[in-house]
Amino acid sequence: MKPPILKLENVNTHIGPYHILHGVNFEVPEGGLTMLLGRNGAGKTTSLRTIMGLWTASQGKVIFEGHDITELSTPEIARLGIAYVPENMGVFTELTVRENMVLAARDAKIDSSRLDWIFTYMPALKKFWEQQAGLLSGGQKQMLSIARAMIEPRKLLLVDEPSKGLAPAIIQNLVEAFKALKQTGTTVLLVEQNFNFAKNVGDTVAVMDNGKVVHRGTMAGLAEDEALQTKLLGLSLDSHQ
Amino acid sequence: MLNSLFSGDFPRSRVLTAMLIITFVGLLLTPFIFPGARAMNVGAKICIFIVLVAAFDLMLGYTGILSFAHTMFFGIGAYGVAIACDKLGPDWSSVLIGMGAGMVISAVIALVISLFSLRVRTLYFAMITLAVASAFHILCSQLGEVTGGEDGINFMVPDLIHPSTQLAEPFFGVEITGQIVAYYGLFVFALVVFLFILRVVNSPFGRVLQAIRDNEFRAAAIGYRVVVFRSISTVLGSVIAALAGSLLALWLRYNGPGSTLGFDIMMDILLIVVIGGMATMYGSVIGAAIYLIAQNYLQDLLKLVQADVEGIPVISGMLHPDRWLLWMGLAFIICVYYFPWGIVGKLRMRALGIK
Repeated sequence: MKPPILKLENVNTHIGPYHILHGVNFEVPEGGLTMLLGRNGAGKTTSLRTIMGLWTASQGKVIFEGHDITELSTPEIARLGIAYVPENMGVFTELTVRENMVLAARDAKIDSSRLDWIFTYMPALKKFWEQQAGLLSGGQKQMLSIARAMIEPRKLLLVDEPSKGLAPAIIQNLVEAFKALKQTGTTVLLVEQNFNFAKNVGDTVAVMDNGKVVHRGTMAGLAEDEALQTKLLGLSLDSHQ
Repeated sequence: MLNSLFSGDFPRSRVLTAMLIITFVGLLLTPFIFPGARAMNVGAKICIFIVLVAAFDLMLGYTGILSFAHTMFFGIGAYGVAIACDKLGPDWSSVLIGMGAGMVISAVIALVISLFSLRVRTLYFAMITLAVASAFHILCSQLGEVTGGEDGINFMVPDLIHPSTQLAEPFFGVEITGQIVAYYGLFVFALVVFLFILRVVNSPFGRVLQAIRDNEFRAAAIGYRVVVFRSISTVLGSVIAALAGSLLALWLRYNGPGSTLGFDIMMDILLIVVIGGMATMYGSVIGAAIYLIAQNYLQDLLKLVQADVEGIPVISGMLHPDRWLLWMGLAFIICVYYFPWGIVGKLRMRALGIK
């Protein structure tokens, strides 16, 4: 069995005077899609930001490919092969779609076959290739944000609520895009509130509550167990469909 | 060729293109179509301020760094040339030594300020630069033996650019003196430096700067070292400001605290950026031309207008030439109200069909 690509060991994070993460422990297996679920304010986004070095863990360790990356700066973590797609899209509004993608490729040139592959799931980006990113719709901005993380092969993709505020048809495109991404062997850690979305793409799951991981298992197992859903998330799949 | 010259960043608006051509031709022909030292002085100042403001916009508009130390670097460049020419004699080696020293000192100070301060928030960085610039201003006023104190330094320049040097027979009725050579030297210098900054902001490096300005955390998450890029931008902007200061000192053959270090010059730079438009290099050209022409000729215009309304109560008083600053302030308020993105920003948005 392969060792996990990412491991959080007793991670505590403070933001100003607030203690947000209280000893978070979970692992992300290599090559699969791990869902990080939980109610609002459970600490999901803080976990992603702590992994990315945007907030430094006050205690505990973040281990990536066997190396402790807790003290590394955000650019150093990014250069190890971890990409982060924030919840608020985070596109560079003054730059064009093309310039956004070129920036994400950093020193490398854009691989045209990979770009074509992205365009099959996100055709709007091709249409608005030379348009200023700030003029795109919310869904298109979200697509661009995700496409930017996919333009270069990454070892680990951290994605925060990609389906938030998107129309159902676009969400379906996203589901297909993540399924295709899994086929390439990319490991993904995905925070999501939309349980249906999570059920469709997730392999494993970690559920958080009050800054701690309260459940770990397979996504299929959680999707089948309505009582567990209600207990952990305060919802059942039926009520969310 | 044009694409390469403008780094692919064309004006993208017919009105703006016309305004830029008028400014370019006006500055190119100033000595011939507006004879007299005053017009040439205004033209030279416009050229210098285009460079100075473009360097400031590289930091503020393209990187999101507000530095009040821009005039300090402007002053360092000017003092470099003034002190070198004064102490070493009026030859070209002194000019080069002074320019080089000013640029190197500016680069070192800018790098130190950047590395110590760019991790803090924009406003705190602005305050730190304001404090450093104020301290430098006081230092220059008090180090009389080196800087000439409040009186500044009057110095000689090489004969080729000295106004009293007669170089050739009159051309189109204009005497070809060292001042004409100095003017065109300055014009070419300003044009080359402006095109260089335009190249920088449209390069991959410039795109990273804009990404950092738009979303610092996102740029870091992609893998760009924000502090390094911001420091390079600050150093580059400061060195270019020093270069502009050197040019001003050579043009005036004088430098003192009031001519390069004053806070009023910092205000002029800020106003020009706002009038022209932030993060639009062409904004520095349009802003500098409009602002400096208004600053120098508004009083004359009011004199003409007042002659026609003399005797009419209130209006005559309001149009008194001494009230020129009031009208200048009003024009600025109107400009900000109708062109919140600056003149260039507004024209480009209109060309895109955005109201």
